[in-house]
Amino acid sequence: MVIQKPAVAGTVESSDALVSVEPGDGKIELTLTSSVMNQYGRQIRETVLETLERLDVKSVKINVVDKGALDCTLKARVECAVFRSSDASEKDIPWGGVVR
Amino acid sequence: MIPRPKPERFRLRRTMMFMNAQKPGLIKDAYIYGCDSIMLDLEDAVAENQKDAARFSLYHALKTIDYGDTEVIVRINGLDTPHWQEDIRVCVAGGADGIRIAKCESAQDVRTVEAAVEAAEKEFGVEVGRTLLMAALESPKGIMNAYEICAASDRMFGVAISGGDFRKCMQTKPQPDGIDMLVARGQMLIAARAAGVQCFDTVYTNLDDMAGYEAEVRQNKAMGFDGKSLINPKQIRLVHELFAPTEKEILQAEKIVRAYREQSAAGVGVFTVDGKMIDIAFIPGAERTLKLARACGLWEGDLV
Amino acid sequence: MKNYVGREIPDYLLQNGKEVYQGKNYMDGKYIKKASPCTRRCEKPQESKIVETLADALKLCGAKSGMTFSFHHHLRDGDFVVNMVMKAAIEELGLDNLTIAATSLGAAHDPVAEYITEGKVVGIQTSGIRGKIGEVVSAGLLKTPAIVRSHGGRPRAIEGGEVHIDIAFVAAPTSDCVGNCRGIGGKSNCGSMGYAMTDAKYADHVVVVTDCLVDFPNMPASVEAIDVDAVVVVDSIGNPKKIASAAARISQNPRDLMMAENVAKVIAATPYFKDGFSFQTGVGGPSLAANLFLEKYMDERGIKMGWAIGGICGPMVEMLKKGKVGKVIDVQDFDLDAVNSINQTPNHFEMSASQYANPANKGAFVNKLDFVVLAALEIDTQFNVNVLTGSDGVLRGAPGGHPDTAAGSKCCVIVTPLIRGRMATVCEHVVTVTTPGDCVDVLVTDYGIAVNPLRPDLIECLDNAGIPHVSIESLKEKDPTISSGRIRLSRSSRRATARSSTSSARSSPIRWTDPNKPKRFPLNSGKRFLCPLTACLS
Repeated sequence: MVIQKPAVAGTVESSDALVSVEPGDGKIELTLTSSVMNQYGRQIRETVLETLERLDVKSVKINVVDKGALDCTLKARVECAVFRSSDASEKDIPWGGVVR
Repeated sequence: MIPRPKPERFRLRRTMMFMNAQKPGLIKDAYIYGCDSIMLDLEDAVAENQKDAARFSLYHALKTIDYGDTEVIVRINGLDTPHWQEDIRVCVAGGADGIRIAKCESAQDVRTVEAAVEAAEKEFGVEVGRTLLMAALESPKGIMNAYEICAASDRMFGVAISGGDFRKCMQTKPQPDGIDMLVARGQMLIAARAAGVQCFDTVYTNLDDMAGYEAEVRQNKAMGFDGKSLINPKQIRLVHELFAPTEKEILQAEKIVRAYREQSAAGVGVFTVDGKMIDIAFIPGAERTLKLARACGLWEGDLV
Repeated sequence: MKNYVGREIPDYLLQNGKEVYQGKNYMDGKYIKKASPCTRRCEKPQESKIVETLADALKLCGAKSGMTFSFHHHLRDGDFVVNMVMKAAIEELGLDNLTIAATSLGAAHDPVAEYITEGKVVGIQTSGIRGKIGEVVSAGLLKTPAIVRSHGGRPRAIEGGEVHIDIAFVAAPTSDCVGNCRGIGGKSNCGSMGYAMTDAKYADHVVVVTDCLVDFPNMPASVEAIDVDAVVVVDSIGNPKKIASAAARISQNPRDLMMAENVAKVIAATPYFKDGFSFQTGVGGPSLAANLFLEKYMDERGIKMGWAIGGICGPMVEMLKKGKVGKVIDVQDFDLDAVNSINQTPNHFEMSASQYANPANKGAFVNKLDFVVLAALEIDTQFNVNVLTGSDGVLRGAPGGHPDTAAGSKCCVIVTPLIRGRMATVCEHVVTVTTPGDCVDVLVTDYGIAVNPLRPDLIECLDNAGIPHVSIESLKEKDPTISSGRIRLSRSSRRATARSSTSSARSSPIRWTDPNKPKRFPLNSGKRFLCPLTACLS
């Protein structure tokens, strides 16, 4: 998917993550802050990158503010932000396809 | 991926707890409180501009979290909104046990949802007929059409009344004795029983008034409800306590079922237990008492 | 040398008669010679001990580089006094090589981190360590090993001469001109001053710092003028808003309430739950909420609580006023309800930290406790508890009275959610053992209850009461990051390991950060937070 405009999903409540995306310069630029950085920073990064790869996002500036979200929540927030960035989040989501 | 067993149309549903599907901290382990069903809410709890985010969150929760024996139902947005079709797709794709139709007013509403569910089941390779339905009656028209709604589909396992909206339509407010909804509750119960589906009461919203809550739960049980919708885990225990059969009821039911089995084997149709005349009409009730007692962990037996 | 909980303690820490922890009550019965501080004859008629500034007071007490200054933490996150004193000592008098011996250090003392980095402060001895100080100490910037003691272990070390306090600084909400101090009656009230009492008795010099001078004599005094050298009056000793919260409210969080209810259930299922029982609970969400549910069981059984101790807040004062509890004896107050009640409400008393929890006197209150309800940052499958370091090894906690009450009480209940954010609480090995597993009896989590196999008697109590429980291993296996493997409750785990009464000895345990543990350090490449930490507790 192509990131067409800035979009945000999630919250900074405990167990959640706030993900914002904006169009990139041909690469994936991830900035991450996490309340559990020392323990899970690498795993969070991997989950975010995997999700982007599944969505075939190649160019994006993505900022993740993690408040101890589980992987399933991280995925949901990244996907929602990406779909919102191309106005495609409201219907005909490929559940079980690239969203899985 | 957590494979969930095929949902059971008629199972124990004393407590159905609402949870905002948009709140990861809530839904990640809502089953720990011990309610029979959790109701992940895409409707009123989720702000209009977060419906999409709630669906993503819901999908991954359904796919990742092992809710075990706790039934997982999703309340979808009303048929008058732009959201309900996608809500149904995500429920079916995620493998929710059932869907609660908000603001249901007619058998046609049920059939409309059923058609969309069936289409989604085919789209996502889910066994057709797997996803159960229940309807929330929130308006006088819904109550008037309660029977046709209950009988509209083989997927229907029950109906629930939604007090907030209904009372608004009726220009009334919650009364301590429940008179405000007495007729509606009664009519819905009759319709549900006539159609052979379950019937659930509305939420009690004043969390601090535990006495008022208890009075309402007692009335629910007296009226014959199968269960109640809840908004907070602290409301669960009381329902389970009050809906559980008493020791006396369990012993009595056991005696009746046992005596009936013996007597009918000997060709006797009417007999007495503790001086009370018993015939076949008493048996379903007694069996239900025993099943409920077993579900409540109060009785271990093999009579039913 | 390996201690009883399997941690290797370096030999260089085992000098001057220090021993590793060798099991609960190992040191019982041992005789100890108490240390005696210097005092000074004051024979002449006395007008006042007030001096102009902190620097004057420091000079009067002969402050030198290399000294140990002590502080109490009754002003909690609102405290100004530690920073004021250290600033005067280091920036005005030019002292260095200083050691801070505080009853707790937190975010209020962030400026001290700078002095540690600069090497002006070279030693830290405390019962709690959070904020920037925790970070710099964890990063290895403190010159000598930090020593973290429990609230009972601190007075033990002071009375036994292991810590020699050169000057004790007593932040006092009120004082008279000669240094009789109280925790009430001023503008920065803290109620009990229990943690300051031992310091004042055993320090060579005592400086009272107050922002509210009252008429002589300020009675009944928590710290007495007979021990005080100087009184300094400052504009403000602390921020009242952060000293005592308005009123501790019982949590409405359903998870906390569920755990609290289970705590009360467990307590009510034991034989110690009878008229006159004694109780201590923390002020964390589920711990405090346990009060509420306990009261229900007390009413049902028609019994009352004999006495309660610990850090006290409103809900316990409320029970005292209602006559549900006979006496409340407190070492610290957490909210205004408690601050305003101590020594005012009949049967609400103050006590010193030594009286509260010191294992090296002839019987502290904790040793008469029936129940204590405590929290945990981590607990391992041997029931060892960590309340000091995060799972990344960074110091951010306080043992407080945790190990003292766990060891002294008949039934120690740990209550904690199984997952915080995505961090698992139950693990294979805790980072730091602050409370050894042989002192911990029951674990209550939101996913189930586990009983220490060392307590087959409690297992039987729970079984008899129909309270489901699981093995602690099964709680550990609930992986928070995949959230699968839902725990089935069953009344099993009856693995009765007979409790060896001979090995149950309470000693002077030294706990050490597990060298095998800090392995989850992915992102801070090259910057490992190994703790140069020696925790010499109780």
